[in-house]
Amino acid sequence: MNKEEILNLLPYSAPFHFVDTLDHVDENGAKGSFTFSPELDFYKGHFKDHPVTPGVILTETMAQIGLVCLGLYLLASSAEPANGHVMLTSTAIDFMKPVFPGEQVFVSSEKIYFRFKKLHCNVQMTNQAGEVVCKGTLSGMVTKKLNG
Amino acid sequence: MDNEELISRLKPIVAVYAQDKVALESMNPETDFIKDLKINSANLVDVILDVEEAFDIEIDNQSMEKMLTVQASIDIIKHKIGLK
Repeated sequence: MNKEEILNLLPYSAPFHFVDTLDHVDENGAKGSFTFSPELDFYKGHFKDHPVTPGVILTETMAQIGLVCLGLYLLASSAEPANGHVMLTSTAIDFMKPVFPGEQVFVSSEKIYFRFKKLHCNVQMTNQAGEVVCKGTLSGMVTKKLNG
Repeated sequence: MDNEELISRLKPIVAVYAQDKVALESMNPETDFIKDLKINSANLVDVILDVEEAFDIEIDNQSMEKMLTVQASIDIIKHKIGLK
């Protein structure tokens, strides 16, 4: 599966689509970028008069690029491709730098394991200056049902 | 390795992920990982990976799908050890 096909398969749309480019994907990891438009709705409230990108949104951005794009690639190349909902199953992220409206960020992920349809990854986000913004581990799965 | 020994080796692996500690204390062959111990499907994968490492076996997708209770896990672990 190529990068364009993966982007088209992503199950997100505005205002919760946080992938602009998928620059690289192979069986070991994925790289991509996203620019946070100052118009994004959450900046109105996080924080009042001091917009900064919420950590949960940075985590989500790392998940969409690093975990879901990679997961779609791995599922397509696995012996039993699966259809279903993607779900985030665990996060452990440290935050080092703030990301302000208008900033572009770069995400890279590295597969730790992909077994039984669960993908566990190291993920890292850097800013335009090349500084690490946040990093940690994320896991996700594909599920047929959304309630368990 | 008899069932009792297998359960005693399985218990510390499962304990890391079990949410229901009372059910964990009384873990027996009938214990269901999801219904009784409240382990979620993502952590069930971790249980299987830890079992693989602890017993030096490889668990295939079909076996994994059956490993929902302590008894089913014991049967599969015994079978896989026997194959070595």
